[in-house]
Order: sequence, then structure tokens, then C-alpha cells
Amino acid sequence: MTDSSMALAVEQVCVALGGRRVLRDVSFCLEAGEFCGLIGSNGSGKTTLLRAILGFVRLEAGRIRLAEQSTGTGLIGYVPQKIALDPGLPLRARDVVALGLDGARLGPALPSRARTARVDEMLQAVGALEFAEQRVGLLSGGQQQRVLVAHALVRRPRLLLLDEPLANLDVRSTAEIVALLRRLSREYGAAVLLSAHDMNPLLPAMDRVVYLANGSAVAGRADEVVRTEVLSSLYGYHVDVVRVHGRVVVVAAEASEQIHAAVAHNPEHTTAVP
Amino acid sequence: MFAAFMAHAWIVATMVAIVAGAVGFFVVARRAAFAAHALPLGAFPGAAAASLLGVSQLLGLAVFSVLGVVAIARLQRGERREVASALWLALSLALGTLLLGFSGQYVQSIYGLLFGEVLGISRGQLEGVAALGVVALSLLVLFARPLLLESLSGDLAAAAVGRSPRLEWVFLGILALSTAIAVPVVGALLVFSLMVGPASAARAFTDRPWRSLAVSVALAVGTAWAAIALSYLSNWPVGFFVGVLSAACYVAGRLCGRGIVAQAA
Repeated sequence: MTDSSMALAVEQVCVALGGRRVLRDVSFCLEAGEFCGLIGSNGSGKTTLLRAILGFVRLEAGRIRLAEQSTGTGLIGYVPQKIALDPGLPLRARDVVALGLDGARLGPALPSRARTARVDEMLQAVGALEFAEQRVGLLSGGQQQRVLVAHALVRRPRLLLLDEPLANLDVRSTAEIVALLRRLSREYGAAVLLSAHDMNPLLPAMDRVVYLANGSAVAGRADEVVRTEVLSSLYGYHVDVVRVHGRVVVVAAEASEQIHAAVAHNPEHTTAVP
Repeated sequence: MFAAFMAHAWIVATMVAIVAGAVGFFVVARRAAFAAHALPLGAFPGAAAASLLGVSQLLGLAVFSVLGVVAIARLQRGERREVASALWLALSLALGTLLLGFSGQYVQSIYGLLFGEVLGISRGQLEGVAALGVVALSLLVLFARPLLLESLSGDLAAAAVGRSPRLEWVFLGILALSTAIAVPVVGALLVFSLMVGPASAARAFTDRPWRSLAVSVALAVGTAWAAIALSYLSNWPVGFFVGVLSAACYVAGRLCGRGIVAQAA
């Protein structure tokens, strides 16, 4: 891959937390504008991998390279897992996006037309303009997720990381957020890496998938990775990738080995079920 | 009540209320009310020690506030902030008991430290309060945005700078400064009421963060002025009115806040 289009390169990364090996030889690359699902069950290392990319976790081995930043763009956009927005905090959706723009700067925020315009543009892009003046802690889960995406993208980062942004969303909001992220990643030329325990809402949108199991990963296009022989080799025991009613389910061959079921919408059946 | 001997009281109470109202906004946003209680109360043995040694009370309060910051910030790495605050509080109150035991003649000044002595403020104290107040407010203005971002989410604040921003030290430092100036005036027991009452009420009156901070300052100043006036008229202690009016602010905010939540739902 040429370095100019590279957004993220994870190279043989190993991470140990509290003496336990959490990530083992994880490697994959993302190009600008690519939409990538980070799929795995709870405890497979998804959050640790995202935190390692952010630089919050020390690498035991390997390295992580990011695209070179042009001036004026933020490093990495990040939407953390299960963020609880305090409904008591006097903060409008618009203020959250403004904090994404320059919240780490010292000194008072001087109102400027350019700043307001940039916040408005971002609110518009995520479809949050209509509730921009409302208190963010009182918005619905789907609305909050849009505001957090705007917060993460307003500095125009080359890479956007989202940790389980679809958890606790209803089916309709899930489809809307996925479509929104797919569109924004193309418009802004940002690579999106989105973790989920359930890959099905992502399959129509994903350019690429990183599938994590027990700290090991296999990466590639979804049709290359979500296959019986590939996932069996990753898990270390036999699993079947079964297509049922236009969906994909990954099931363990032995009943004692309960792994998560990853159910996928067939692209022909992407209409949201209310 | 506007006689010359009252002038210092009005001025110092206004300055303390401005600082308490502004710092209180972040105390409530960061859910640090207990730390805001433990730091002033934990600083009071410092003033007792200063009296014993014959040095400035403000110095003693400042030293113990800083010790409190270090203790709470270090302890909360392994424990939650409430636990760290409680440990510091227990330790410093034990020390305060010991210092009180050394001297029986400081009862009056100890009473002043716990409940405040707004009428007994000297010219020198006034200048000290003004200087430290300016420092505390400057730090607050400087770190306002990062502190607000961290109140929203520690992870978001860390992602914005690529590492943990270590703002807890800054925040506790500002809290300690405000403590040192407010304790001689409103007392160690009541500092936190002036910080928490107006600030929590202010959250209910507006959705805008900086406007909410301004409302908090206004309510704190109003509380302090009303407390002095009522105390002058009734001859009851100032601290009584500070505590009651702060609590009234909080209740008004809760009632009003419920209205806002109901509208949104």
C-alpha cells in the first residue's frame, strides 16, 4: 500500500494487561475512506485494540502507524463505549460538537463566526441540527450517538474509531447510524473502524472486516473472512458459517462451545425491521 | 448595615462568593461535592496549627489544602474519589483533634474556622483573599474548556490530547486555593454549601454551560449578600443563613430541574 492513502497500519501488535495476553500478533491496514468492522464477542480484545490505536495502552510488541497529519486535522476521532451523558450537565448538543473542535485548548472560547459555521456544518452532516440546542443528556440514544460522531469528526481526522456504537440502539437507529457512518467516511475521506459483537447490521456497509477471537485476528473482505474454514482456524475449533433466511450465523459445532451468533442481513433485505 | 466596620465583610464575602460559585460549577459537573467538603474540613487543622505556631492562618490553610490535594489525588489512583476523600478527612480531623488538645484557649478561633467569621476580616486578610481569588479564577478560565470536556467524558478528553490529561490535579489545586480563601470567611463546614447549592441550582435554569456558570456565580453572590444582611438584622450567625440559603438554592434548582426533565420527556 502506498503511504499516501494509508490511514492506519497495525503491525504484529501484542498487548498484555495484568500479565494476560489480550492481543496476539494482530495485523491489518486501513485506507482512507474505508469502512471496517471490528467483529468479536465480549472479551475478544476489541476495546483493547481500539485503546492501543489511541495510544492509551502500551504495546508489548509490534507497532501502529497512522497517516501523516496535515495541519488543521485532528489525530483520531473517537466515540467511546457506553458513554453515559449526565442529564444534569448543562451542555447542548452544539456545545459537545464545539468541545470536539477545540475542547482541549486552554483559555476561554471566544465566539467566532467561523467556529459556529464549522459546528453547524458538522451538526448538519450528522442530521443533528434540529436538536442542536437541546441538552445532550436528555436526547435519545440514537441522537446522542449522532452528536458524539459529530464531536469525533469535527476536526476532520483521517481515522475514526467507534467502540460498540450500535449497542443499545433499536433496529432503525442502528441502520441509520451505519448508513450515516458509511456516507461520512466517503465524504470526509476518513477511515472508519467500528467495533461490534454483531456483524449483521454492518455487512452491507463494510469494505473490510477484522475478526477477533481470543486476541487473534483475521482481516480481509467480509466474503473472504466470514467462512467456515477461516473462522474455524481462528477460533481453534470447528465452527460453521451458516446462511439462514438471508442472514449469516456463526455457530460452534459442539454445543458446549457457546460462541456468539453473528447474524447478517442479506444486502437484498436491508430494510430495517421496526 | 453599611457602616464602615461592615465594609470588609461585604467586600470579602463578594469575592469568596464569586470564586465559590465559579469553582462550584465544576465541582458539581465533576460530581466532586464530597471532595469539596473534605478539602476545606481537612484544611482546618492547618489553621489550628498556624494559630499554635503563631503564623498566618491563611498559610496553614493553604499548606493543608495542598496536602489534601496530594493525598486525595494519590489515593484515588487505587480507590474511588469518595473513598480517598473520606480517608483524608478522617486523617486530618484526627490531627485537628490532637492540635485542639494541645491548647484549650483557641475555642473562639476554632469556632470561627468551622462556621466563619465574616465580620472579623482584617485589611491584611482582605488582600490575601483578593490575591488568591484572582489566581484561582485565572486558573479556572485557563482550564475551563478542558475541565468541561473531561466532565463530559474522561475518554473523550484523553482522545483529544492523545493521553490522559491529568486535569484532576489542576481541579483539586483550584479547589484547594478556593478553600484557603473561603474557610476564614464562611467556615470549613459551610464552604461546600456555597459551592454546591448555587451551582447545582444553576444547572436547572439554562442548558448553556458558560451561562450556567454565570448563574452559579450570581446565585452564590446573592446568597452571601442575603446572608450578611439577614444576619445583621436578626443578629443570628452569618453561617446559618449561608447554609440555609444555599440549601434553598438547591431545592429551587431541583424543583425547576424536574420541570425541565418533564418537558423533555
